[in-house]
Amino acid sequence: MAFSDLSLSRNPRLNLAQRVTQINWGMVFLVVMLGAIGCSMLYSAADGHMDPWASRQLTRFGLGLVLMFGVALIDVRFWFRNAYFIYLGGLVLLAAVEVIGSTGMGAQRWINLGFAQVQPSEIMKVVVVLALARYFHGVASEEIGRPFLLVLPIGLILVPTALVLKQPDLGTGMMLLMMGAAVFFVAGVRIWKFLVVLVAGLAAVPIGWQFLHDYQRRRVLTFLDPESDPLGSGYHILQSKIALGSGGFLGKGFLQGTQTHLEFLPEKHTDFIFTMLAEEFGMLGGLALLTVYTGIFVYGAAIAYRSRNHFGRILAMGLMVNLFLYVFINIAMVMGLLPVVGVPLPLISYGGTAMLTVMFSLGLIISVSVHRDVRIPRTGLNNNL
Amino acid sequence: MARRNEEQARYKTFSRRALLLGGGQAALLATLAGRMYYLQILESDRYATLAEDNRINLRLLPPPRGRIVDRFGLALADNVQNYRVVLVREQTPDVGATLDDLGRLIELSEYDRARVLRETSRKRAFVPVTVRGHLSWPEVSRVEVNAPELPGVSIEVGESRRYPYGDPMTQVLGYVAAVSESEQTGEPLLQLPDFRIGKNGVERQHDLKLRGSPGTTHIEVNAAGRIIRELPPREEAKPGRETVLTLDAELQAFVHEQLIPNKSATAVVMNVENGEVLALDSVPGYNASAFSLGLSSEQWSQLVNDPLSPLTNKAISGLYAPGSTFKMIVALAALESGIRPNETSFCRGYMELGNGRFHCWKKHGHGLMDMHRGIKHSCDVYFYELAKEVGIDAISDMGFRFGLGNLVGLDLPGERPGVIPTRDWKLANIGESWQGGETLVTAIGQGFVLATPLQLAVMAARIASGKAVTPRVTRGFREVEGEGPVVGVETPEFAPLKVSKAHLQVIRDGMDAVVNEERGTAYWRRITKEGWEMAGKTGTSQVRRITKAEREAGVKKNDELPWRFRDHALFVAFAPVHKPRYCCSVLVEHGGGGSKVAAPIARDILIETQRRDPSGVQGLPMLASSDVGEG
Repeated sequence: MAFSDLSLSRNPRLNLAQRVTQINWGMVFLVVMLGAIGCSMLYSAADGHMDPWASRQLTRFGLGLVLMFGVALIDVRFWFRNAYFIYLGGLVLLAAVEVIGSTGMGAQRWINLGFAQVQPSEIMKVVVVLALARYFHGVASEEIGRPFLLVLPIGLILVPTALVLKQPDLGTGMMLLMMGAAVFFVAGVRIWKFLVVLVAGLAAVPIGWQFLHDYQRRRVLTFLDPESDPLGSGYHILQSKIALGSGGFLGKGFLQGTQTHLEFLPEKHTDFIFTMLAEEFGMLGGLALLTVYTGIFVYGAAIAYRSRNHFGRILAMGLMVNLFLYVFINIAMVMGLLPVVGVPLPLISYGGTAMLTVMFSLGLIISVSVHRDVRIPRTGLNNNL
Repeated sequence: MARRNEEQARYKTFSRRALLLGGGQAALLATLAGRMYYLQILESDRYATLAEDNRINLRLLPPPRGRIVDRFGLALADNVQNYRVVLVREQTPDVGATLDDLGRLIELSEYDRARVLRETSRKRAFVPVTVRGHLSWPEVSRVEVNAPELPGVSIEVGESRRYPYGDPMTQVLGYVAAVSESEQTGEPLLQLPDFRIGKNGVERQHDLKLRGSPGTTHIEVNAAGRIIRELPPREEAKPGRETVLTLDAELQAFVHEQLIPNKSATAVVMNVENGEVLALDSVPGYNASAFSLGLSSEQWSQLVNDPLSPLTNKAISGLYAPGSTFKMIVALAALESGIRPNETSFCRGYMELGNGRFHCWKKHGHGLMDMHRGIKHSCDVYFYELAKEVGIDAISDMGFRFGLGNLVGLDLPGERPGVIPTRDWKLANIGESWQGGETLVTAIGQGFVLATPLQLAVMAARIASGKAVTPRVTRGFREVEGEGPVVGVETPEFAPLKVSKAHLQVIRDGMDAVVNEERGTAYWRRITKEGWEMAGKTGTSQVRRITKAEREAGVKKNDELPWRFRDHALFVAFAPVHKPRYCCSVLVEHGGGGSKVAAPIARDILIETQRRDPSGVQGLPMLASSDVGEG
């Protein structure tokens, strides 16, 4: 049939060399830049030593690059076909945390896979997007108005969110919700529905407050008035603001941040690493980092825009929003604009799972780019393809 | 085609929504940039200050305390370095094992050991904990030699106060000790853990001058409080000023030696012209250095509860009935009231007034007495007659003129005013009006009259010089230890007393007779060396009431009484008799008779004083404070 011919010609099977040439090298360059910035900041966090953080981060980044390229070179249709399985796998891991997870910082977040500690909630952020993209790919624009069709995707979001909140990990839970909302948004769900959910959500805040742990409540409260308790919970935010503010426009210089090197700043190698960067390199350094991130967001959006399949578009857009949320929440948090919720700065903060999931999602975005001309029927792929 | 259009519509929606999303993201990123601008540009100065406050601590450098020296520059109080061994937990793998090793080198009590273990576990790992203070040199060297086997152990040097003259000086100098809670004024210097302030005597009187002013240094600390490094600028502490006393340390030591055989005694030696106190002592004393090292509560309660009150400087705080030494005042009051010295009265051994009978110390009486003989023999009846004649008002007025009954203004803490009774005083304090018999009792220095040995010395000085002399123990101060002239305390020109010179001479002659005329009460205690002769007056002050029954049965001798009921022995004197230069008052608590016990001490002290002649020898060069220009 003509149709099948057409679909064959429009679904090119690229060989490996072709795919490599299609890789978005500008984006890779920005990613490598972020990795380098991250390692130098960790070098500084250890008072000018590669150990204990920078060297390990470097190894992970190397592994992450391999992973990213590997994922990027896999045909986007593979991800399309296996999206739900991957989602289920992530969900199983997340549920496993409940059973065999280990506790850190008052929350059950880690699972030991023997060779590495894994944080399934980080992985979940990516696989939720994968599943949502897979789902919305099959929903026609006239069908999107049917509330019944939204039940499944809402479930796809709420089930992991509930598990994550139970750990408890407020930051990741909120990120899942916001990312889900973003995907719903680009998928074309009517705006009034968001408003309804928003109003309902706000109404539920007092109820939700009951379910928050004490430390979470305290974090929210100190966020609202950090200077009320400068030596208690507000200490982190206050010291972070002092570090940022004292950095000024040009910063104190590499390895010269007094707040960080004299230990006034907590968690300087993880959640508060942006503070250290902005203390040592000032506003200029902070803006430069934001620019690099923005570059990646723009690449991501462009890739989504140029993809010829809806799955790729939503996947790239959703993952890009995920990255954006990481960056925004982390930086807003260290600058005192949001409560301290424990969201790392992608590719800069020390941490294995976050690094690898970010690299994985970047790999997916690049895969969408490499396979941008692949067409995937709305009804799905034939089994023989 | 429907599918194509459908795809187109979906794509259009996606693009529009993606654009909106991108716009939203851009707005959020702009918010971040704006926040950065706010924090890092607009509020930058404020946060920079906060960051500096975080990391830089101002640390006070305690000033070395000023020395105290005598009139010739001999050090009476100075500072010595003391060595203490400290332990830093984080530098040793095992605190217990290191303490064991240390215990083999220096003496370490179980108590110290337990304390160190407790403190090291409680304090931060980098904070040095004092294991033991006041190490001896051999101990220091043993620790130093074995330093490689003692990880985390080091020797630190501190300063402690030393009193080279020891016991003779403690009452005047006082002592230094840690600042108590109630003494905290909020001044940061006082909050330094090892800081000591003067608690008594000269140390307290001139504490602010001796203290100096602290230096400052800036140190960089991390969040845990660990010191990272010292930052410039460092301002060195300004040492306290050296305080120069009027005392002659050697004379003081001599006086102390004379007093020490007595349980409790005190003596004051003064220059009669300028009021400089050359020696002032009170025994028993205490060990001032012990306060500097830190006193156990047991030692402290022992000091406080000692019936001989070693902590009290009795020369200025002890109040005693002056006994017969008060008779000069009565005699002067009489002379100034117009009674002539050659008017006589007859002593039968007692005198009757109203229903009362007032006894003379000599049971069978002195016979006919004029003023000269009255003083010489210390006849009580003669003075009863004088007192009856002139009344209490004239007596108390004269007492005040000679420095009794009020603070004489010595520059030492703890001076007490004593009592010269007046009609008003009795009404106010006892609530009754004055009785005639009380005038008689007052005339022999008993009853309500109370004076300090210092006041009696001042009285002697005023009789000897005819001037309103006031005492002082401070000559002045020097900015630099052992160097430069002493910037003096202003020496006041003492005004002549408003007493006739001739009358004063009558008194002086009487006091001359007490010592130098045969049958004077202190004749056997006279100074025979020509030109050094002293004049004086004995006093024996009763501390108990002698009942009529006892008097009839025979008054008990002091030796028969328990110590605390015995009379106080007093003697006031000046020398040389014809050109007075020094005066002295001696009081031996419950010592018995003034002539027997106090007079010999006063004699020996005045001999030694004249031999040394501290006022005649060139002391430290002086510079009147008026000679010092501003700046």
